[in-house]
Amino acid sequence: MNAKMEGILNQKNPFIPEPARIVRIHYLTQDVKFFQVRIVEMEKALSFSYRPGQFAMISVLGAGEAPFSISSTPSRPGLLEFCIRKVGSVTGALFRLKENDLIGVRGPYGNGFPIEKMIDKNVMIIMGGLGAAPLRSVLLYCLDNRDQFRSVTLLHGAKRPSEMIFREEFFALKQREDLECLLAVDEDDTGKWTENIGVVTTLFSKLKEMDYQNTYALVCGPPVMYKFVIKELIKLNIPKHQILMTLERRMKCGVGKCGHCAIDYIYTCLDGPVFTYWDVLHMRELI
Amino acid sequence: MRIVKLKKPNLFTFLDVISKDVELWAPIKKGDKHVFKVVENFNQIELKTTRTILPPKKILLPPYLSMLDISKGKYKEDFSHATKKIIFGIHPCDIHGLLILDSFFKQAFNDPYYLEARKNALIIGLSCWPDEYCFAKHTRTHIVVEGYDLFFTDLDDFFLVWIGSSQGDDLIRLIPDIFEEKLSDEDIQRYMDWQAEREKAYQWSLNFTALTDLMELKYHGELWEKLGDACLACGSCSMVCPTCNCYNVMDKQFLKEGEGKIIRHWDSCTLEEYSEVAGGENFREKRYQRLKLWYTHKLQAFISKYGKPSCVGCGRCLATCPVDINVRSVGKALLGEEVDAFWKRLNKEVRQ
Repeated sequence: MNAKMEGILNQKNPFIPEPARIVRIHYLTQDVKFFQVRIVEMEKALSFSYRPGQFAMISVLGAGEAPFSISSTPSRPGLLEFCIRKVGSVTGALFRLKENDLIGVRGPYGNGFPIEKMIDKNVMIIMGGLGAAPLRSVLLYCLDNRDQFRSVTLLHGAKRPSEMIFREEFFALKQREDLECLLAVDEDDTGKWTENIGVVTTLFSKLKEMDYQNTYALVCGPPVMYKFVIKELIKLNIPKHQILMTLERRMKCGVGKCGHCAIDYIYTCLDGPVFTYWDVLHMRELI
Repeated sequence: MRIVKLKKPNLFTFLDVISKDVELWAPIKKGDKHVFKVVENFNQIELKTTRTILPPKKILLPPYLSMLDISKGKYKEDFSHATKKIIFGIHPCDIHGLLILDSFFKQAFNDPYYLEARKNALIIGLSCWPDEYCFAKHTRTHIVVEGYDLFFTDLDDFFLVWIGSSQGDDLIRLIPDIFEEKLSDEDIQRYMDWQAEREKAYQWSLNFTALTDLMELKYHGELWEKLGDACLACGSCSMVCPTCNCYNVMDKQFLKEGEGKIIRHWDSCTLEEYSEVAGGENFREKRYQRLKLWYTHKLQAFISKYGKPSCVGCGRCLATCPVDINVRSVGKALLGEEVDAFWKRLNKEVRQ
């Protein structure tokens, strides 16, 4: 048991959600909404410390609870942000809520990204579709602590311009000189798209030369994306244990009890959701 | 450890004294089987039983358990299941089952719903005699040295009583006169003979040491698809297993706004929806994948973490599975024994 877990042992009942108020909601795409929430109790809101890549259990009274990646960065404490696609009953209930409504929040859970190891290394963030939800956290964290990292590169792919999550936010990042921001869409249905057209892997040809042995690549996207992206990353000679991906599983507790996220001897909610490519090769069923 | 002696006719006197203010649970007859139930009349208690239909986990974590009460939109913990209890008649394998649940529910995060119920339950173990399904000897769970407050070994006209905890000692002190502190050489010999006979009474064996590696070596074997074909994905094996503890959570909303309950209920990884995520993606769509998860967990994964299998040899999966998929048949198939006979039987009974 590590120190982090021992600290958590002092928590009394990990199953009680903390009431949180929705501060802001807006549509990111047609079926994805952005939620900004604040834990009602001020002290708890400010002391909710997490690391990029961790997740929280969000609940709506009567509808249930589900795990969601935290999209905000711990470097901007107080507010938590989530990108949520309407796919099921809990997300359906969340979509019916309005600003100022209350939800329940438990967490943070999971291992998150190993930020300490990424210090003084190149960071490459590769996201597809809703994969932006967990990776935006680490991206903003890197930007807020820009001098701790060497180069920072963002590769973001979406089906169509209208389905690109955080489109405006990422376009604004293109102005920054300390960040390489490459965007792509599979097809341009607007006729106004000025960036790359093609799947996210087509962006690899635009990468600037860098020391890949000292690079961390962070990947999240639809299952089909991993295979192709990892192939490119291996071609670049990025070590297997420096290729990180964050995975999705069914979860009912977030604290290693309900069993739904079990893979072999690990629990995605405790030992994940961030895994290295070595983990994926080593453990069956990960992707 | 102190061991005392109790004459058999004094058992009910003892149970009567200790169960004054608490629920007493014990194995009671139900049809031709036995179940753990709250005792209303001591004559109901069955001393010579094999496994109960459901293991004692059902007492500590009932199949449907209310975790939180919601009132006026606020959550309140519900520990109504964790009342003070004495559970009499738990066999060694089931005590090991509880020990496994103990370590699991303390892992990383404490699960207060289990631990509170466990804290409030006194465990009085009872010796047993193996039948054709038992294999606790081969999981090394047929004897216990911890995990109980008292343990009764039934030697026909008297019990030898192991005192395993301070609370167990307190129970004895409620009525100390009926217990004999001094054991005669003859008593000890009776016990030794009984134990030697019991060791010999296990009717079949399974090499658990080899199973861990075989799970890995035969992970892609066609064995699993065949098993998957036969499996009904009914989840019975999980319900009856003393160490299966997966659960699902559901919200129950009452008609009045802001009122409801959050319920957790037993789940099984062999059920189809188990690994399904929102949007319909299912990480274990096929039956054999889910069955493999069940066995990986019992025979391999648990060992990586705790150094022992999470199977205690109680034989419930053998007694329960309608198509004979259980630790014995899967274990023997992995070991390459009895495969033909097993498939023949499956083909005969299941396919036709």
